[in-house]
Parts: sequence; structure tokens; C-alpha cells
Amino acid sequence: MTVIKHISSWTCLVFVLLLAGCDEKTWNNPYPRDDANKNILYSSFSERPKHLDPIKSYSASEYTFIAQIYEPPLQYHYLKRPYTLVPLTATEMPKPVYFDKAGNPLSLDIPAEQIAYTIYDIHIQPGVKYQPHPAFATNEKGEHLYHELSLSELEKIHILDDFVQTGTRELTAADYVYQIKRLAHPKLHSPIFGIMSDYIVGLKEYGQTLAKAYETLPKQQDVAYLDLQQYPLEGVQVIDRYSYRIKVNGKYPQLLYWLAMPFFAPMPAEADRFYSQSGMAERNISLDWYPVGTGPYMLTVNNPNLRMVLERNPNFHGEAYPTEGMPDDIETGLLEDAGKPLPFVDKVVYNLEKETIPYWNKFLQGYYDTSGISSDSFDQAVKVGEAGEVGLTEEMIEKGIGLSTAVATSSFYMGFNMLDPVTGGYDDRARKLRQAISIAVDYEEYISIFRNGRGIAAQGPIPPGLFGNRQGERGINSYVYDWVNGMPQRKPIDAAKKLLQEAGYAGGVDAETGKPLVLHFDVTGGGPDDKALLEWFRKQFKKLDIQLMLRNTDYNRFREKMRKGSAQIFMWGWNADYPDPENFLFLLHGPNGKVKHHGENAANYDNPEFNRLFEQMKNMDNSPERQIIIDQMVEVVRSDAPWLWGLHPKQFALSHAWYFNSKPNLMAKNSLKYKRIDPILRDEKRKQWNAPVVWPIWLIIIGLLLAILPAVVTYWRKEHQLPHRQARLD
Amino acid sequence: MLAYIIRRVLYALPILMGVNLITFTLFFVVNSPEDMARMQLGAKHVTEEAIDKWKAERGYDKPLLINNQASGIATFTDTIFYDKSVKLFAFEFGSADDGRDIGYDISQRMWPSLAIALPNLILGLLAYITFALLVAFFRGTYMDVGGVILCVVLMSVSGLFYIIGGQYLVGKLLHLVPVSGYDVGLESIKFLILPVLIGVVAGIGSSTRWYRTIFLEEIGKDYVRTARAKGMPELAVLFKHVLKNAMIPILTGVVVILPLLFMGSLITESFFGIPGLGSYTIDAISSQDFAIVRAMVFLGSVLYILGLILTDISYTLVDPRIKLS
Repeated sequence: MTVIKHISSWTCLVFVLLLAGCDEKTWNNPYPRDDANKNILYSSFSERPKHLDPIKSYSASEYTFIAQIYEPPLQYHYLKRPYTLVPLTATEMPKPVYFDKAGNPLSLDIPAEQIAYTIYDIHIQPGVKYQPHPAFATNEKGEHLYHELSLSELEKIHILDDFVQTGTRELTAADYVYQIKRLAHPKLHSPIFGIMSDYIVGLKEYGQTLAKAYETLPKQQDVAYLDLQQYPLEGVQVIDRYSYRIKVNGKYPQLLYWLAMPFFAPMPAEADRFYSQSGMAERNISLDWYPVGTGPYMLTVNNPNLRMVLERNPNFHGEAYPTEGMPDDIETGLLEDAGKPLPFVDKVVYNLEKETIPYWNKFLQGYYDTSGISSDSFDQAVKVGEAGEVGLTEEMIEKGIGLSTAVATSSFYMGFNMLDPVTGGYDDRARKLRQAISIAVDYEEYISIFRNGRGIAAQGPIPPGLFGNRQGERGINSYVYDWVNGMPQRKPIDAAKKLLQEAGYAGGVDAETGKPLVLHFDVTGGGPDDKALLEWFRKQFKKLDIQLMLRNTDYNRFREKMRKGSAQIFMWGWNADYPDPENFLFLLHGPNGKVKHHGENAANYDNPEFNRLFEQMKNMDNSPERQIIIDQMVEVVRSDAPWLWGLHPKQFALSHAWYFNSKPNLMAKNSLKYKRIDPILRDEKRKQWNAPVVWPIWLIIIGLLLAILPAVVTYWRKEHQLPHRQARLD
Repeated sequence: MLAYIIRRVLYALPILMGVNLITFTLFFVVNSPEDMARMQLGAKHVTEEAIDKWKAERGYDKPLLINNQASGIATFTDTIFYDKSVKLFAFEFGSADDGRDIGYDISQRMWPSLAIALPNLILGLLAYITFALLVAFFRGTYMDVGGVILCVVLMSVSGLFYIIGGQYLVGKLLHLVPVSGYDVGLESIKFLILPVLIGVVAGIGSSTRWYRTIFLEEIGKDYVRTARAKGMPELAVLFKHVLKNAMIPILTGVVVILPLLFMGSLITESFFGIPGLGSYTIDAISSQDFAIVRAMVFLGSVLYILGLILTDISYTLVDPRIKLS
């Protein structure tokens, strides 16, 4: 009976605990009961953001947060395609003014080589205010309350909310200038300082000036405040309270794309001063942890071990939902909110979810509003028709879930090291070998097997949706594909074998040495999950009787091999910084080679003709002339085949019926403000989908009791019969 | 006993130094300071100059173990190993590569780990001992055979399966608790039920088998035979005598892991989104943050040694015949 008592008390305990933490109708709701009908969007993050300081931040996981907080002067139009820049805090799009060496203005159609420098004047809107922040708090005399804190005053401070007073002020052009100066700050290590110092006039020298100045500063606990306002920068100047000027060397139209990134968001000098005080860093109170911006949201909870929360910025200057879009945006309801004030959602809760399976289960229960599709859940969510068309499964349709797809502005390719004596070089032998392999490695099959159809085989370095990418017959890589029945069709393997023979490797044997051709594929990982993939690659090369040897290393060693140029064949990828063909074609530009110049050209491709065309094309505005040059460049690299062009991934996103204005925009990172939800419908669905099912628990308890019962009865009999028998024997 | 404890603490110092050295060597065999810099500075547009600056600011521009440029004692002290390891003995963990204070993060993250590990240990012990006693009590019957088979089956299942299966069954199908997540205060209870339940169930197989063996060994001893001969009921024999005498090996197993409860569970924390020290360590390894890795390995070693000392002390408490000298 003691055993039964144990089990009963355990069961009671479990139920008491269950009821204590759960709401009345849904026990599995991970959120507070009071939030059920609130205008809160739920999302997740899988890795803690390393930096929230916009001068350092450069990854998607960080932009998820800071792009909603900081406002650069420009942004991407949410609905228009191709991706189009529009003003954000700027009053209008900045127009370039070109000058020659003597300082004379030039006309807009002047060739780029005649332009000595370009000036962009940027005018920002008046009346834009920062979020409430203690850095702006002042006393009656207008003196800042928290800019001269002693260590004893800081003793009571542990988090930013411990500062009682907050304040705000109007955004000015000086804040933008201050942020651009921060690119050169010796302690901040901005990742784009190198690139920008090539363009912004005087930025490189400015970095040296700041480094010297910083060295001479008196430091407390290795902390010092370097007041950048005291150090002028030639290339960036304040014109008036609402206008500033950027001067760049030569012609650099891509600057406008950079002006839509958080690197160029405003930074109030007060915030820098506030966070630079001694004792702040020890308390983890820094710009990397507590952003201060003018955007629609502000970060109110920053606990990257658990939860990040964005809440509506009470000082937000206001913005309206776009009134224009693409023709089908009206049909899909994307213009129903046209002209309405942004943002729609009051609060966004990002929970830490490291694994995809729990995230997916919670999405299906309605506890997340949107979801991507991982390989684990692909078959449950998506069905692919015979013609390759994708649609949702019945289960998803019944739940009212919607699907949106978009081809990413990214490339995942297989590269040849052009410095390698076998696969590299520009003679016919090496070129034909690479072309043969390009035909043999069937990326359509790869996409089908390993990516569930989520991608399109690339025809060249420029992804679809970007200027320079051609569609249709003119867009195919004629070295690998034929145009058959209105579709690109991979050339037969015999064509590849013929090329291989012409290269001097007939039947996979080197005609010069008589030895089998063995190539080396440098990979990382190589765990059980990758086994099938690597075996697939081996089979692709086997079609040409080429032996593919896998050289597996950890990622660090792999990167080292790439830097030294000792890899032969490798896989690499690139996500666009901005939607311009220059941002992909520069990956093949000779002076950007990884081995010789430590650049991003991982294949170390260096074709003088391509380099010449690149220099000509890179600073041109999008025009038919630019398209012609791009076509020539693409033709050159298709012929040289330094990459197997690989694939452009296709992103699949699911969203519930209560989630509106979902349109994939792979360039705009600040799209949270456009999203709208219906929390009443969400709550109804959650209750409908998550009613607790209790009967199996009772079934298990009864089953356990039934299993024990015969043994208990046997014991009881034994215990009671033994004395009885003993008595009879006596 | 005091002399014994002091001696054990002194023995621990060279062990900790050795652990530090091994951790240091293993870490830097796989990751160079340059790799660490590249990981922190990002994948795009990183210049050699920026890497050099990053290393210099964090002291990673020095030689690893021996500085041939220096003379005298500085040959060993002006190195990365000395800079990064010696302060650990004063429990100064320093800053992570992203500048955050490691000591503060550990103090914040040990509580979620403990929130799972402690109930897991207590409820697990209750369940395993009860189940093991039950099986031992019904030894030789279908309950015993069935129990052993069940234990072997449970032992054969992967821990990951319990987690995914548990989340699917209890969280997704039955809707009884949240699939994953964590919160503070009373709100945390609903998040802890499932990981604790899964932890207990996943341990039933091996622990019950272990405790059953202990109990059966005790049951075979003379004092049990004497108790039975005196007519004592079987339940009383088990709970009053067998359980009490079986406490020494049980304590051995439990006390040694007590300090390690702070360190958290790597897989459980990852799947349930629990911000404990287990996931902290995994994240640090992924991001090549040597400062956190060395702090966590050092802390783990200290706690393990502490566990061993506590075990020795606990022997003297449960068995008066044992004396530490």
C-alpha cells in the first residue's frame, strides 16, 4: 500500500505543479496569461547577437534588432521590386555632384575616370527624436545628469533601467557625422573601415589621427572618452542642423546602398560620452548592449540568454505604410494598410530557441507567428508537385497558414583555386577541365536531394532580382546548358567527356603522365550528416572518371588553407551587402584575390580582361551600357569557369492567418514596422489548437496500478498465509 | 579531518594547473589567436590590421607558453598562458571576447541550470530508489523480470530521443506543458516540468539497475536473514535495514555530482531553450571564446574536486567506522 501511496502523491504533485503554472484553457502556453490578447508579435533568435553597436554589427542575427532601432538616412522600399532605395530620415534621395581635380563641377553623364570626387548632400527631417535614454537626462540648468558619474555613484547601478531619469533630444545632422567618424575609432574595429577609407575622403588619415589622440588620452581602468567632435574629418561635414555632406573619392554610386545600412545610422555624442565612463564596461553597460536610436522600436529587455524584447518607441517620428507596390500586391492584400501609421505591433518578443524542432512545434501550436522551414519539417509543411510547383500540405492549409517564397540575393558555389597547377590557370587545358566538371556536377539534382527544391541552379555570379542578371535564353550559361523547349537543360555528360578529352584527360587519365586524374575537395565538417552529400559529389566527378579525394578539416584550418591558397576545390558562399552587381562581380576581381591581396576573391581569379571591364562597370549607374559590360564580364567568367556557379537559395516562409503584410524583402532589415497581427484571432486559434489532453495520463496510472496489483496481492497472501500455516503446523 | 581537507585542497592545485595546461593546449591546437580574431570580427571585409589590433588589445599577440624574446621569469610570465590562467586561481574569470564579464554571466546562468538539475536529482533519487526497492522486493517474480527488461530497454534509448519524444508527446500532442522555454520565478514551473520529467525517466533504466544491485547485495547479508528469522515483515526489512545500509554507495554517487549540478546539461538546455551554464559552454566553444571555455573547464574541475572531498566527508557522517586521517 505504501507503493500506491507514493504513486498517488507523485501524481498529485505533478498536477498541482501543472495547474500552478498554466492558464485556464491552454496549459502549454509559454507566455503570461495576461498577454493573450495583446498586440505582441512573437519570434525567436538562435544565437546571441555579438554586437548591437551599429558601427560594429554586420550579421543578420544582429540586424534583426538594431535595424528596428537605428535609422540610417535611406531604406529599401518594402514592396517594390527590384529593390529600390527611398528616404528614411532623409527628406529626399541624395543626388551626387561630380567634380574634377580642379574642383569644377561636372555633368552627371561624365565618364567615371574624369571624376576626381563626388559630393552627396544629405538633408534630414526636422523633429525626429531619440528614444528615452539616460544619456539625454538633464537637470534644470540643462546639464547632463549622468555624464560625470563617480565610481561610488555607479555602485547602485547594475543595468540601464537603474538610471531613474531619462531624456531625449532632436536628431541632428551632427549625429550622422559623428557616427561616420566612429568608423575610424581605434577601439571599435568597424568591419567596413577598410572599404570606406578607400572612398570617404580623408578617412584613412583620420583613423591615424584618432589612434594617436587616443594614445595620449588619460585613461581610467583602460577606458577613455575620445570626443570625436574635436577632430574634424575632411570627407564628412555638417552643413547645418539638418544637413550634412559626404565627399567620396572618384565616383562611388554604391555609397547610397551603404547609407541604408546601420553603419550610417546616427549616433548622439551624448550616448558615446555616457557609455565611455569608467565603470560602465564592468557592468556590461555599453552601446553593444543598450542601443539608442530614433527608430520605431527600442530594446527594453536585453537578455540574450533568454529573451529580447522590442517595444514601441514613444518618441517615434511617425511613418506611413507604403501606398505603392507591385501589381500583384493589391491582390495579395499587401496594400490594404496603405497610408496607415507605422508601426502596427506594440511589442515584439524574441525568445531564445536554439533548436528547430521545438520552434516548429510551437509555431504549429500558434505560439510563434511566422516560421522558416527546416529540412526536418519540410515534408510536413510543403508538397512538391510533379511539375516542381510547391504548395502547402493539407495540414498547413487547414490551419490557415500561408507560404511565401523568394530567391535570396546570395550565391553558394563550388570554386576552383586558380593558383592551383591542375585546376587553375587560363590555358585551354585547365579551362576545358573546369568546364567539363561544370557540366558533370548536376546542381539541379543537388537542389532536389539536399535542399528539398529550395534553390535555383545559378547561371552566373549575379542572382536573379539584381540588375545585370538576365532571364530566359539570353541568361543561360551556354557552356553548361542548352536552351530546350523554353527551358535551360544541362548538357549531356558526353559533352563533358569530350571537353575532358580535349583537355588531355580522356577517360579521367592524364595523357601526359598516364596517371589517373585525382582532384582534391577541401571541405569542413564531414560528420555523419555530410556523408551523403560528400558521396554525391564524389559520384558527380566519377561520371568523368575523375577521382575526387576529400580533404576534411575544421573550419579554422580550412580558412587558413584558403588564405594560403593550398586548397584545390572548395565550397563558398556570399550574401549580398547591397543589390548591385558590383557586390557579386567583385568576388572575381583580380586585385581582390584572397592569397595575394587578402580579399574576398576566394578562387584567386585574375583575368585582365575581366578586371578591366570591372573597373569600367563598378562605378556606372544602372543603364543599358552597364548591362552590356556586365554581359561581357559574365561571358568571360562563364568561359573561364573559375566557379561551378552553384545555386541561389530560395527562402520559404510560413505565416499564420493572423499575420499580415508578409512579403519577403531580403535587403530591408527594418521590415518589422510593416507587420500587423490580429491578436484576437490568434488567441481563439491557440485555444482551439491547444486544449489539454489528460486521459492518457490516467490511462498510464491505471496501467501501472494494474501491473503492480497482482504482485501486491501475491505479497499480501504470502505475508498473511505464512503465520496462518505456521499456526496450523504448531 | 581538517588536516585531511587541507591536504586534499593542496593536492588539487597541481591538478588544476594540469587541467588548465591541457585545456590551453587543446584549445590552441584547434584555434589560433588569429582564428579567434576572425571569428569575433566577422566573416566579411576583415583586414590583417584589424586582426592584429584585436589580438594586441586582448593580449593574444604574445607567445603561447614560452616567450623567447623575454628573459628571466618573464620567459614564462609574459605569455598568453600565464596571463589567462593564473588569475583563475583567484576566481577572476575576466572578460569574454565580446567584453562581457564572465563572472557575472556565470552567476546569472547557474540558477537556471540548478533549477533543472536539483529537482531532477531529488525526484530522480526518489523514483529510482522506490523503483529499485520495488523490483528488489518482488525479486524472482514477473515484476522483477519485467522491471529488469524495462530498465534495459530504457537504458538502450538515446537521451536525445527522450527529449524530442517527450516534447512531441507531452508538449505537442497532449498540450500539457510548453514545448520549450524558460522564465523566472513561479512562471518557471511550467517550463521545468517537462525537462525534469524527461531527465527522471531517462535515468530510470541505468539508475534502477544500479540501485537494485546495491539492494540485492544488502539483502543477501546475514543481518537481513536474522531480521527475517525474527519474523520482521519484508517491507520493514527493506525500508528499516536494507535501505539504511545501502546509503553508503548511494551517497558516494550522489555527493560527488552535487557540485556539478551547477554546470548544467548541454543537450537539455539547448533543446528547451534554458539559459544555463551548459548552453553557455557550448556557445563559447562554437564561437571560439577561449576566455569562457577556460573559465568553465576550470570551474568544472574545481567543483569535481570539491565533490570528491565532500564524498569523503560524507562517508564519515553515514558510517562512524570510517575516519579521515
